[in-house]
Amino acid sequence: MPWRWRLLLTSLLVAPVLFLVGGVEAQKLPEDNSCIQCHQGLGDPRVTPPAEKFAQDIHLAKGILCQNCHGGDPTSFDPQQAMSRAKGFIGKPTHQAIPTLCGKCHSDAVYMKKFDPTLRVDQVQEYYTSVHGKLLKKGDQKVATCISCHDVHRIRAIKDQQAWTYPAKVVDTCGRCHGDPKYMAGYNIPTDVVAQYKQSVHYEALTKKGDLSAPTCNICHGNHGATPPGVESVANVCGTCHSVPAELFAKSPHQKAFASMGLFPCVVCHSNHDVMKTSDGMVGTTDKAVCVNCHDPKSVGFKQAEMMRTSLDGLRESITRATAVLDQAEHAGMEISQARFELRGAADALLKARVAIHLVDPAAIQKLTDEGDKIATATRATGVKALEDLAFRHRGLWVSVGIILLVIVGLVLKIREMDRRR
Amino acid sequence: MLPPRLAQTLTAWLDERINLEEIREFVRHKVVPVHHHTVWYYFGGMTLFLFAIQVCTGILLLLYYRPSAEEAYESVQFIVTKVQFGWLIRSIHSWSANLMIATLMIHLFSVYFTRAYRKPRELTWVTGMLLFGIALFFGFSGYLLPWNTLAYFATKVGTDVAGQLPIVGHELTRILRGGEDVTGATLSRFYGIHVAILPLLMTGILGLHLFLVQKQGMSAPMELEQSGRPSRTMPFFPNFLLRDLVGWLTALAVLAGLAAYFPWELGTKADPFAPAPAGIRPEWYFMFMFQTLKYLPAKIGPIDGELIGVMGFNLGGLFLLLVPFLDGRTARGQRSPLFSWIGVGIVTYIVVLSVLGYVAPGGK
Repeated sequence: MPWRWRLLLTSLLVAPVLFLVGGVEAQKLPEDNSCIQCHQGLGDPRVTPPAEKFAQDIHLAKGILCQNCHGGDPTSFDPQQAMSRAKGFIGKPTHQAIPTLCGKCHSDAVYMKKFDPTLRVDQVQEYYTSVHGKLLKKGDQKVATCISCHDVHRIRAIKDQQAWTYPAKVVDTCGRCHGDPKYMAGYNIPTDVVAQYKQSVHYEALTKKGDLSAPTCNICHGNHGATPPGVESVANVCGTCHSVPAELFAKSPHQKAFASMGLFPCVVCHSNHDVMKTSDGMVGTTDKAVCVNCHDPKSVGFKQAEMMRTSLDGLRESITRATAVLDQAEHAGMEISQARFELRGAADALLKARVAIHLVDPAAIQKLTDEGDKIATATRATGVKALEDLAFRHRGLWVSVGIILLVIVGLVLKIREMDRRR
Repeated sequence: MLPPRLAQTLTAWLDERINLEEIREFVRHKVVPVHHHTVWYYFGGMTLFLFAIQVCTGILLLLYYRPSAEEAYESVQFIVTKVQFGWLIRSIHSWSANLMIATLMIHLFSVYFTRAYRKPRELTWVTGMLLFGIALFFGFSGYLLPWNTLAYFATKVGTDVAGQLPIVGHELTRILRGGEDVTGATLSRFYGIHVAILPLLMTGILGLHLFLVQKQGMSAPMELEQSGRPSRTMPFFPNFLLRDLVGWLTALAVLAGLAAYFPWELGTKADPFAPAPAGIRPEWYFMFMFQTLKYLPAKIGPIDGELIGVMGFNLGGLFLLLVPFLDGRTARGQRSPLFSWIGVGIVTYIVVLSVLGYVAPGGK
């Protein structure tokens, strides 16, 4: 089957699956529910949108309807009866009441098990440990509650790509408040963090490479228990993913030095929200190196930075030289795949050396780069040998062709002589 | 060289047992017609020479090659990197295979256009066509043996095409693959076919083909035979054989040049779980079929386009096989322009579609 047909067939098969897992699509609103029917029919921009939005809410899909949060009697089409306080109608809950209202079900382990036994039930409890929760308790009317992040009346499952809490959308969800200087006025925290984060390597991985494990706001700050990490916990936060650099850093002289100066580990060199792609240029004593931000030219640290950079540059250049020779040999048709495979060992050594920078031990780094250099030199030698072999083949070819031509000339002369005799 | 006395003793010993005089007589009297189409005679000998190279280099490769999905690629890699002159043997084996198919095609169509298949050489033609089929299968089975990505996917496509045949298609694909998919079992099977079954068939049919050529002599063009003029000839030994030798040595020089300047690529090891890479294509001699199947629509009326294509090629092969029996005019000694035009059509089709396979958009 031609590949175009295969592609088409695959798309036709995959599309319905994606459609099914894509999220909660508009559902049919119940016709016997007086809340929805009346609010839909009112055409009032203050009360109609909740009913209309609700068609895409996960609660509707699970059979949780208006009365489960707002109380009242949805079987009665008489507004007095339907919205009777005697029947538990609470109307629009206050800002302060929202976490408790959601927690009525979401903190009830027995009740939640009916829907999904793996769901957490400690979100409300955790929320009140957060800055958001603490401010809410103090009566703050602007601080985020459940509906600020999860939407209201159109709450979607977190796996739903349209959900406000879907990883790629989290930064915009947080940014609605934290990126708005007017809204955040009075809280005394920077509002350029959203723009900074969008410059970062993390955001690029999340949105351009589609790597959903890349961190967004809630991964470092927590979600329900949202709190900025402090000096003592930043390394732990970054170390959740970057465990090896974090372990090495903990053993390095920087650990104590940073702690004594009250500096945030990791952040000092890598920044926090706008974490950029690292490069060897960050190490050393050039203008772009982060080491020179603290170490002056006379310090031991300055010299060590220079040594570490020299080791990294040396191995990198060694790998570049080996790669160039192998490329040349390969383009000439020589088989060098084994050498190319071995060269990966040098690249691995370079990677390890780069990570080992966090230990700030020039000798340890040089040991690693020396190992890599040994591999790169050996593979380069294989490449050079392949090119020498190639030259030998070419010489051998011309010698052979010369001999063959001589024999051919001899044969042609013999044939002519025989033809003359005939 | 043997000392003259020993040579004499040996000759006498053999003469006593197998009557060497008969052979001497045959060699003395074997002649080759000389005319303006004589040049085409050399391509048969050239094909035979390249086949001999295939056999010799193939045997040498056998010493190191390991036919399993786990080791095949690595063993070929070992041959071309570690074994002394392994690169040369492997490259010559691959290049001479391709040159052999090329000279075989030239030989086939030169015989077709000079009508050398006419009575009494119908069987020579049929055995030649069978040899052509075997050579193609040699190429197809040998292509998979290094177990590299291109070969793996090309074999997948090739065996899929065999599956298009009605009734027997599915079973044929299963038999070829040794299962439902191209796996290590296919490799073992292709290896067995390549080094045992095909050589056996080739030896038998080639022996018959050469016997018929010797028995009936070389065919002279029809016009020459009918003109009644005495035809010019040259002795096969040594005059024609020495000329043959010039051609063989030239082919050897070309092979050495190709092996030294364009070593046959090994590529990357086949990964059955990886997606098929772009640019999968068969060897050049299957390209016209591959390109035809690409151009055919999915359905032609109620029938699968690919099925029609495959059946078309089978009928084409059958036509060529039976051409001595279909071309009645030539058999009666008359001119047969229809078959000339059919031949021109076939050659043009093969050339154009093969070129398109390399230059048409999406063909690379």
